[in-house]
Amino acid sequence: MTGLIELFSYSFFQNAIMAALITSVLAAMVGTYIVSRKIVFITDGITHSSFGGIGLAYFLGINPFFGAAFFAVLSALGIEWVSHRGKLREDSAIAIIWSLGMAVGIIFVFITPGYTPDLMSFLFGSILSVGYADLMVMLVLTVVTALFMGIFYRPVLYSAFDAEFSKIMGVPVAFFRYMMSFIIAMAIVVSIRSMGIILVLSLFTIPQATSMLFSHNFRRIVLISMIFGLTGSLVGLFSAYSFNIPSGAAIIFTLTIQYLLFKLLFWIRSLIAIN
Amino acid sequence: MTMPIASLKGIIAGYNDEPVLRNIGLEVFANDFIGVIGPNGGGKTTLIKVLLGILKPFKGTVEFPSGKIKIGYLPQASQIDKSFPISVKEVVQSGLQPHNKWNPVLSARQKQKVVKLLNESGLQALAKRPIGSLSGGQLQKVLLCRALINEPDLLVLDEPNTYVDKNFEYELYQWLKELNKSMAIILVSHDIGTISSMVKTIACVNGDLHYHPSNTISAELLQVYKCPIDLIAHGPIPHRVLKKH
Ligand SMILES: Nc1ncnc2c1ncn2[C@@H]1O[C@H](COP(=O)(O)OP(=O)(O)O)[C@@H](O)[C@H]1O
Ligand SMILES: [Mg+2]
Repeated sequence: MTGLIELFSYSFFQNAIMAALITSVLAAMVGTYIVSRKIVFITDGITHSSFGGIGLAYFLGINPFFGAAFFAVLSALGIEWVSHRGKLREDSAIAIIWSLGMAVGIIFVFITPGYTPDLMSFLFGSILSVGYADLMVMLVLTVVTALFMGIFYRPVLYSAFDAEFSKIMGVPVAFFRYMMSFIIAMAIVVSIRSMGIILVLSLFTIPQATSMLFSHNFRRIVLISMIFGLTGSLVGLFSAYSFNIPSGAAIIFTLTIQYLLFKLLFWIRSLIAIN
Repeated sequence: MTMPIASLKGIIAGYNDEPVLRNIGLEVFANDFIGVIGPNGGGKTTLIKVLLGILKPFKGTVEFPSGKIKIGYLPQASQIDKSFPISVKEVVQSGLQPHNKWNPVLSARQKQKVVKLLNESGLQALAKRPIGSLSGGQLQKVLLCRALINEPDLLVLDEPNTYVDKNFEYELYQWLKELNKSMAIILVSHDIGTISSMVKTIACVNGDLHYHPSNTISAELLQVYKCPIDLIAHGPIPHRVLKKH
């Protein structure tokens, strides 16, 4: 127990907890939009394409964050544009962007001379090494997202629910869809640092799945997802530290167990209700 | 009085450079009640989308000769994602014209209007329910409220009778008759039998469009124009046929 209290005095652990808190709030808002619009597959494409940017950044010797952000935003806007125009099948576009990003990333990492130290942390995440600058970037994006989705709650919701109808009503649907695409891409990129490319999307979808056992109201799903995201991340974080396992995997594992647990509870409750 | 409120001329429209509608013209007058019939895939929904301005035609013009009009739209059931987490009230509110498209706040008067319409249509008890928990008829009612909340001059309904029971269908048609006193209505249906009794005129869309300026339909006429005949209407149903442009 004293070990646990001592843990909180380490600044790396304080940073990790802050990162878990901020990421949970961000993923709750953005993830609810992703799940509601059923664009999980699109988002997965964006996530994987960002690896191309990470590889390119290594090659050029610049901060991988900028490379990832550049590729992710470009992919997100590109996919939205393709689905808007309807000339190319959307799933083909996603597959192309996904594969191209991963391939470009691997090629650049391979031809970059020397050792690429935190490549693994981008693939698997490392919330325990999040620094002050990372936290600031996460915080700014979270505040901007909360303001945008708060102020423009109605048009964002309406253009996600029924774009054609909203267009007829004069809602600037294209603007809101592109803005949300941009926000999704940035949210994914800032979360890759702690969760890793492979698992990051789970943080944006599993708390929502758990929340939707309780509510089908957009706002409420956001709020409940914040709570589940946070509890799952914190428990995962402690397990990661205690058992010395990768933090990203530990967090996603906890979130999944949490979902299954509630699913089971609801199932038992429905059995009782029938009898 | 003879000026149409909406006028489509020489419309060629479709998707991916493939025309679905070939040279279509249609005029809508203030008190019209037009039934649009035609086979599945004939282009009924495409015609509606051109009229609403959501689909740009390859050729032709859509005009509103008597000035800008408000159009209420009830889309085909397949276009609505029933699992989307949105409440009945939020759906109806989304039909309100915002005072300023960048300022999404609803005025107290607008909120009141929504509550009033929900009460009148018997939906008040469902106001907070997610649309996923509604029956087919209830959802159509909600979508009709969304189309009506802005007090349209023209109401366009795309197959509102799919996934609904006969009771609701009857209720809907009574409602439409009442609404037709204050607005023009375009009702799309693949089922000519149910609509021929209530519409004033019929347009048949199957690639091109045949307009019957009354609701009298003869089997011969429908066959000539390859319109579907689910049921041959009896009695005097008026008719008007537009020549191709
Ligand atoms: N978004 C779309 N992209 C490509 N083709 C479409 C699209 N929507 C409809 N079509 C095609 O256009 C034709 C007319 O469709 P539609 O207007 O929906 O017919 P209806 O409403 O009369 O059943 C159909 O052959 C359909 O496959
Ligand atoms: Mg149709």
